[in-house]
Amino acid sequence: MSNTIMLDPTAELAPAERQTLPRLDTLKDATIGLLDISKPRGKEFLDEIEKHLLALGAKVKRYRKPTFARVAPKELNQQISVECDAVIEGLAD
Amino acid sequence: MSQSSEQKFSVVIKKDCPTCEMIEPVLTELLAHYPGNVSVYVQDDPSFPKSVENKIDDTSLEFSYKNNIEIVPTLICSTQSKETDRTFGWDKAEWQKLTKLSSLGKALDDFKPGCGSKTQEPGMEEQLAARFDKELLLSRNIQLADLEDEIESCYERGWSDGLPVVPPTTVRVIRMLRGTNRSPSEIIGNIPPDNVPCSIEKVAINAVLAGCKPDYFPVVLASVEAALKDRFCMHGLLCTTYFSGPVMIVNGPVIQQIGLNNGINALGQGTRANATIGRALQLLIRNVGGGKPGGIDRAVMGNPGKYTFCFAEDESDEDWSTLAQDQGFDRKDSVISLFAGEGLQPIVDQKSREPNSLVRSMAASLKSVVNTKLYGGADAILVVCPEHRRVFRNAGWKKEDLRIALYDNLMASGSDIIVGAKGIAEGMPKKFENKIINKFRDDGLHITSTGSKAGMFSAIISGWVASGEKGSQLVSQRI
Repeated sequence: MSNTIMLDPTAELAPAERQTLPRLDTLKDATIGLLDISKPRGKEFLDEIEKHLLALGAKVKRYRKPTFARVAPKELNQQISVECDAVIEGLAD
Repeated sequence: MSQSSEQKFSVVIKKDCPTCEMIEPVLTELLAHYPGNVSVYVQDDPSFPKSVENKIDDTSLEFSYKNNIEIVPTLICSTQSKETDRTFGWDKAEWQKLTKLSSLGKALDDFKPGCGSKTQEPGMEEQLAARFDKELLLSRNIQLADLEDEIESCYERGWSDGLPVVPPTTVRVIRMLRGTNRSPSEIIGNIPPDNVPCSIEKVAINAVLAGCKPDYFPVVLASVEAALKDRFCMHGLLCTTYFSGPVMIVNGPVIQQIGLNNGINALGQGTRANATIGRALQLLIRNVGGGKPGGIDRAVMGNPGKYTFCFAEDESDEDWSTLAQDQGFDRKDSVISLFAGEGLQPIVDQKSREPNSLVRSMAASLKSVVNTKLYGGADAILVVCPEHRRVFRNAGWKKEDLRIALYDNLMASGSDIIVGAKGIAEGMPKKFENKIINKFRDDGLHITSTGSKAGMFSAIISGWVASGEKGSQLVSQRI
């Protein structure tokens, strides 16, 4: 080994691989949140998604971030995680 | 006798010190009186002094460092491993008092000053801290393999913005930390996008990577604190598909103290302070926050200022308020301001010799920020060059006069800029058709001044389209 020791500039906390949550087996009777991030025409985009989800037997709940430029408020994140089985973030432009 | 047997003496010397050489007979006398209770530590040549047996080799300087030796010779008296007294140099009366030997060194002069301890040599303190102060730094140590290239290994570990970084060795990081009085373990805040708690030590490591000098470190720390203000919205700025990144403007005495460029090529390459301070924040967000291009940084094109974008204001005109003063600070304060922006767009005007012409010229150029038909979205910074500033000053204008005149000249009729107007689909919503609108939201246009004394070239730093409370606002932080 060389004598050079460097100090890690990273957070040292990030896992090498992040485990994804278990996927839903079926959309039937699942509650899917649709989060509008407040980009222009996000509503139209999510309206279309909602139609498809309803046709597949899912229940849909709609949410909206106050502004696309900022992270969603903690309360909104918590509300979605309690009320929904999965969430789709709706982008548009 | 029982009391004296408890008393221990340590003497630290080096051969390269005439006073240490002079006191050689004193050491033999001391050893003869207190056999087994005197330790002689030698910093440079363990064979010195010849007449003293059982000297202790302190060429590693561990004892000297851990006992804060500043001068040799130093005599330390201790009882039960606790220091009770010390003296340094040769002060006969003092040595005699501490050793309780009234005839110690009788033949020598009464007084001869010592020399600097080897621990005090330039750059040595950080080396010793790295070697012997194991609890000072908490970051994971990464030991390189024999044939591993330091700079290449930083690339391979993903720590670089594309340019070579300075390998963050322990010694370099300790040196960086000497630039502040703050504890390495203090948490400065949570770094987006991963919102990871970040210590002063981590900021120092990234400042080393960026190439900063320890003198710059307080400015880097202030830039991090500014970036973490909620008003600045660093998270969103990092994630945006837009061009913008943090632009830094420095005001106050720190400009001279650390040699920031506010003259020729102030926004360009060539000055270490400008180049590395701006880079340090970007590297911190990359390495600690986890914000990387193609990951959460989704910029369509980005802009070259995302490597680094830091400059200082030309404050030579006492009657022209600085950007920091506009933000409520005093001229004597050192302040860093952060703006979410990109650029630069030039304003060439070599003909205007009176302020009304020049302000119209500047306003017309400012109207093209983002898109000539989009108003009230992005903020901007107008960077007035010294020669243009002179045009205003010669006519008796102050910055506030310029600001008011710009406002008046930045109005547009809604009918000219709504969607579809002038055969261009892009534009303001139709509801503005019968309104008069200003190019910038209130508090959306900032004015600063920098650059060389010659050349009638001002500039615009255009801002992020998400401005104001819904996005980012200019923030300032005292250094």
